[in-house]
Amino acid sequence: MLESLAISLVDAVPVLSGVPLWTITLLIMVVVAAVVLTFALTYAGLATYVERKVAGDIQARIGPNRVGPVGILQFLADGIKLLLKEDIIPAKADRFLFVLAPYLVFIGSFAAFVVVPFGVGLIASDLNIGIYYVMAITSLVVVGVLVAGWASNNKWALLGGMRAAAQIVSYEIPVGMALLPAVLIAGSLSLQDIVRSQGGLFGIFGWNLFHNPFTFFSFFLYYVAALAETNRTPFDIPEAESELVAGYHVEYTGIRFAFFFLAEYGDMFVVSSLATACFLGGWHVPFLNAEALPAVWGNLFSLGVFLGKALGLVVVMMWVRWTLPRLRVDQLMRMSWKYLVPLTFFNLLGVSLWLLLFQGRGIPQMIASLFG
Amino acid sequence: MKARGEALPTQEMLINMGPQHPSTHGVLRVILRTDGEVVVNARPDVGYLHRALEKIGERVTYAQFMPFTDRLDYLASMNCNAAWAWAVEKLAGIEVPERAEYIRVIVCELNRISSHLIAFGSFTADMGAFTPFLYAIRERERINDLFEEICGNRLTYNYVRIGGVSADLPDRFLEKTKEFLDYFDPKIPEYNDLISYNKIFVHRLANVAVATPEDAVAYGLTGPNLRGSGVRFDLRRNEPYSVYPKIDFDICVGTGERGTVGDCFDRYMVRINEMRESVKILRQAIAQIPDGPVMAKVPRVFKPPVGEVYFRAENPRGETGIYLISDGTVNPYRLKIRAPSFVTMNIFEKITRGLMIADIVAVIGSFDIILPEIDR
Amino acid sequence: MEPKAIFEAVRATFGEAVSELQEEGFRPAFLVVSPEKVREIGRFLRDDPAMKFDSLMCLSGVDYPDRFAVVYHLHSLGIGHRIGVKAYLPRESPSLPSVDGVWPTANFHEREAFDLFGIVFEGSWDLRRILLPEDWEGHPLRKDYKYPEFYHGIKV
Repeated sequence: MLESLAISLVDAVPVLSGVPLWTITLLIMVVVAAVVLTFALTYAGLATYVERKVAGDIQARIGPNRVGPVGILQFLADGIKLLLKEDIIPAKADRFLFVLAPYLVFIGSFAAFVVVPFGVGLIASDLNIGIYYVMAITSLVVVGVLVAGWASNNKWALLGGMRAAAQIVSYEIPVGMALLPAVLIAGSLSLQDIVRSQGGLFGIFGWNLFHNPFTFFSFFLYYVAALAETNRTPFDIPEAESELVAGYHVEYTGIRFAFFFLAEYGDMFVVSSLATACFLGGWHVPFLNAEALPAVWGNLFSLGVFLGKALGLVVVMMWVRWTLPRLRVDQLMRMSWKYLVPLTFFNLLGVSLWLLLFQGRGIPQMIASLFG
Repeated sequence: MKARGEALPTQEMLINMGPQHPSTHGVLRVILRTDGEVVVNARPDVGYLHRALEKIGERVTYAQFMPFTDRLDYLASMNCNAAWAWAVEKLAGIEVPERAEYIRVIVCELNRISSHLIAFGSFTADMGAFTPFLYAIRERERINDLFEEICGNRLTYNYVRIGGVSADLPDRFLEKTKEFLDYFDPKIPEYNDLISYNKIFVHRLANVAVATPEDAVAYGLTGPNLRGSGVRFDLRRNEPYSVYPKIDFDICVGTGERGTVGDCFDRYMVRINEMRESVKILRQAIAQIPDGPVMAKVPRVFKPPVGEVYFRAENPRGETGIYLISDGTVNPYRLKIRAPSFVTMNIFEKITRGLMIADIVAVIGSFDIILPEIDR
Repeated sequence: MEPKAIFEAVRATFGEAVSELQEEGFRPAFLVVSPEKVREIGRFLRDDPAMKFDSLMCLSGVDYPDRFAVVYHLHSLGIGHRIGVKAYLPRESPSLPSVDGVWPTANFHEREAFDLFGIVFEGSWDLRRILLPEDWEGHPLRKDYKYPEFYHGIKV
């Protein structure tokens, strides 16, 4: 796909015909990556601001309101502050691993942005193993967290790292199994295919959420398991401020600490966008057929709708964080293995049976067929 | 367990929950020996805040020691002031005017509410729900405003004097207190809705660190900790002092409503219910307060008679006892402060056996200890 | 029960170990006992059905002008009466049996008395300094305590 884009670019700009094709392809890839990274970092920065405002609202106080119009430049001030902080590496820490860990976590989180379907044609790379790729690459976060906990040469960090690893690994199973119903309905692992399968004339009822009761249930199971994947309260035991003194990133300062922080917000967005794409209709614009519109308008509207839905789910995550207390680590593990795994498993079974019995039609389709 | 030990040799980890820790409510050091996540032994190490208050007490006069009692339990400063005043008055046989006693009860109960609010707030913050802490602080700010009107200070008040209180209540103080009580009344059911009966919160606290009634008495627990274990004992009722006999209120006892009697949840609920009772006490005190002088005639150079006295008051954290030996001079001869948090730490090692590390934080919070009191 | 009655009852059981009753100017009244019998007297006071002193309110060390003392304040939750027990100790090597087998709450109080006065409680399951650092020299609440010049090289 990029190749065809490269060829059309060479056709449009004749002066580039001397350059070999692979260079152009590479340049396009770099530009796309830069755009995605810029979006991701800006989003992460603004998410910290929104989190603080949401927190302030819930806690009966004003959030940041000094830097910039409504305090909106706060994240820039924070970023500059973190950049200027002294870089402290503990004396007996494993230097190489200590420096490597934040990068691993960052990569694991932001590499998943590649398959997020932002709009009709707005996807960095529509891999035909989209969901599988996301599950795999976000597992890199576990490695990064373990390395951070070990390399800090600090018992609290080690405890935090072990807890985090155990938690993320246990919750990967419910996450995967809760996403599978959407894959079954679409018949493909590619995220654009899954979004397209929710299109059609049913509007909001075309969403996978309303397809059958099992997918409805599946959405909530996925959301809860995803909260645990991203270490958000009520599952934020690994970085429980008041218990483990910030757990696995206790020894990190300055920009290294910022990497962990940004990776968490990046993760939140990835998880929310997967939920949107798989269950909430993705970038389908209400009352319009986004794919039939001219390219610019179609992409614009679908981008707006997608971001609205995904960021809405991110705000709900923040809302939950400031409302609920946190679970103890054994209660957390019990919840995953004793409740979520069997539930998602039976859910998956239910969806498969439904699709078999009703030949892949959902409730809206069946109601529509009643009326001809 | 036996099979695991044979198959895979494991080692105990020695973790230092050091003096600096976000949830140890001060400079408390707990030396944890854990087997993975399960605590084998948790030993508290206190003394990081020792300021030799008892030695200082032997050098200063009785009146000069009053500000030191502020710093004993800075969240219940009025209560500590009043305990010291009552102890010295018991020793010297000073008769305090009734208006002063009512004022003392009013400020002590207001301070009890404010201290329990902090206990409630910081406890839920330790459990991960940060929002109730800010609600509690918002309520407490209003109490601090009331205290600022009385004595000018918002934390360490130094308001009570031996023989009465230092100044009469300002204008409209009683109306403002009533307004605050009307504002505060619906807040406690709101907190119960928000967090107290939240499933996650209850699961964290139910059946954790159970203190049986016999253990509670034997280990000297007092106040809400003792009542949380089901023992119906409140100094304001059983050994009344000041004007408490004239005021009607209930004693809140732990009932094991979500787990066993004497677990962390019970102690927490006792504090929540005690706030309600304090509101009741305050309303009655405001209605009953007479006019009159607020300070008895105490000589400038105050020399109490020779003797020894032990007086105990019901502070928000338990029973604050003051053992005072006087040798007839202006300075106390020996002054021992029996701080409730100090005695509560005694049961810590026993009660934390077999808990998880996350529960240690719950236990420290549910006992509501405060370090200046422990270390004096 | 009145202090006089308690005094008679304890004296009946332990005889000469209970020497006097300090009542005037002392609230609560004190039974002065001999240090060696403190643990047995404590157990009697806790278990006897007429006494039932199940709560040790406070245990303090005192440095009187000529001797040390360990003072116990007892209270009964069931019956509601209070009494004090005092045991005088000589100034050189003061020591007496520990009561933490009778009232477990005594442990921290005894450690504090040991820390600040130097009174040794025999048979205590854990007697270490509690408020001061482990390597502090001297016992500060004694009337003849001299402040040290230096502690670990820091001028005090």
